[in-house]
Amino acid sequence: MTIDKATVRKLGTLSRIHVSPEDEDYYAPQVAGILKWIEQLQEVNTDNVQPLTSVSDLKAVLRADIVNDGDQAAAVLANAPESVEGFFVVSKIVE
Amino acid sequence: MTKDLTTLTIAEAISKLKNKEFSAVELTKAHLAQMEAHRALNAYITETPELALEQAAASDARLAKGEGRPLEGIPMGIKDLYCTKGIRTTAGSNILGNFIPQYESTVSQKLLDAGTITLGKLNLDEFAMGSSNTTSAYGNVISPWRRTNGDNRDLVPGGSSGGSAAAVSAFMCMGATGTDTGGSIRQPAAFTGISGIKPTYGRCSRWGIVAYASSLDQAGPFARTVEDCALMLNHMAGYDPKDSTSVNIPVPDYTKALIPDMKGLKVGIPKEYRADGMPAEIEALWQQGIDWLKDAGAEIIDVSLPHTKYALPTYYVIAPAEASSNLARYDGVRYGLRIDGENLNDTYERTRAEGFGREVKRRIMTGTYVLSAGYYDAYYTKAQKVRRLISDDFAKAYEKCEILLTPATPSEAFAIGENEDDPIKMYLNDLFTVTVNLAGLPGMTVPTGLSGNGLPLGLQLIGKPWGEETVFRAGCVLEQAAQFKALPQLVKKAA
Repeated sequence: MTIDKATVRKLGTLSRIHVSPEDEDYYAPQVAGILKWIEQLQEVNTDNVQPLTSVSDLKAVLRADIVNDGDQAAAVLANAPESVEGFFVVSKIVE
Repeated sequence: MTKDLTTLTIAEAISKLKNKEFSAVELTKAHLAQMEAHRALNAYITETPELALEQAAASDARLAKGEGRPLEGIPMGIKDLYCTKGIRTTAGSNILGNFIPQYESTVSQKLLDAGTITLGKLNLDEFAMGSSNTTSAYGNVISPWRRTNGDNRDLVPGGSSGGSAAAVSAFMCMGATGTDTGGSIRQPAAFTGISGIKPTYGRCSRWGIVAYASSLDQAGPFARTVEDCALMLNHMAGYDPKDSTSVNIPVPDYTKALIPDMKGLKVGIPKEYRADGMPAEIEALWQQGIDWLKDAGAEIIDVSLPHTKYALPTYYVIAPAEASSNLARYDGVRYGLRIDGENLNDTYERTRAEGFGREVKRRIMTGTYVLSAGYYDAYYTKAQKVRRLISDDFAKAYEKCEILLTPATPSEAFAIGENEDDPIKMYLNDLFTVTVNLAGLPGMTVPTGLSGNGLPLGLQLIGKPWGEETVFRAGCVLEQAAQFKALPQLVKKAA
């Protein structure tokens, strides 16, 4: 498994993490090493094995369809980096 | 006087508070003084002395009226991964450096409802990702322990709950909350000579605990005795409608399970845990543990967990995959750090580049890779299948026994900076603990001896699902046999 700098850049984009040229040098060998190490899973025979997504085999829990929380705009916005009149503020995304 | 108060167990303090031998305020002040004296260990990210004294005064008022709750007036430290209403909660990350939760996590609320006092928020690896507490944005936690061979380097307390472990072992709180995704309670407990239990997945609510890998994360207590862990878990466990993976079955009184004999119990010894290159003293410690359980009446059975060697690579697919998804929420829009960029995407990228540390970024990127188109089946689905085989291994072993005994860690604590060059070397610390998370089982570390360098070593007990009572029972057998009384060198020196 080779992870080149372009792959690290792509992973940065997919992860929404800005990757600097120094970061590319730093992460490329590390991610490559981890992926190579993970490769050993391929030697395990998993024919007819169902993936285990969660150890708890719980049924979906249903509850009555009534409002049990809400009307907490101030609390929701309390940690916002920027908010105005009850809204989160972000930079313009539609021209 | 104050020194003595911090060295009490929770069980002792409960009865002495009830008998009015001292007040909750005195007990709290003693701990605040100890926190100040050992601030250099960097165990706490945020100290809350005013809140603690206020709570202590309220506890004293209740105790005076004879209305004390089960853990009334007991000073606790809370891992800074638990959201605490009105108290900054960082998850060890810059991205949450200014985050003040508007709600309290279910588990910390349950402890408050039982009467505990919050001394502050404990340091941890960033987003609980680490085995050394050296990835925190708020600095390394230093273990109160030192090697006795003249090597005076600062040692790691283990991770990710390193602040919790250091604080409990240095008497800076009577007990602490932790979380355990791959060993983050059991490994630091072993490194610092204290007890800690990760209960069965679903035993404690995860609501209000900052998520790392949701199918593996579980809350649990640290304390200096097995009984104290049981007392704490009594008031941490339980069903919570706000966590759909918490399970609605009654919480037993775990202190009733502390029966110091093993009659009628079969203990499995998994041969695959004899790791290559394991130090002879860990091997000897394990054999000693086997003998102690046998002396207490247990029948010892050899069992096999054939897929053990694949547990760590499985974990390092599943945990980063879940983390990459969970940590997508840190976008600089609704809470936490924002670094403005040229456009919204750039804002996301710069916020996350600035806000996350290197370990976290690497795990997010690895997780993104294994989940990406073309690799999903080869990595992620494959790992989930191996996870099933690992879980099935345990189920088969438990057809022959009730509990397993293993070493807690493959080595003693290491120095800060060691194992930093290679992520995989660091990951190997969790060799013996990570299987338990993948299978969702309860696991407990009990300190049972010292290494040749004078550092604590622990053994791990692994129970069946919902088998916490058997774990506590075997834990108290090991504790009584081991009589682990060693104190951290830094605490001894200061005394």
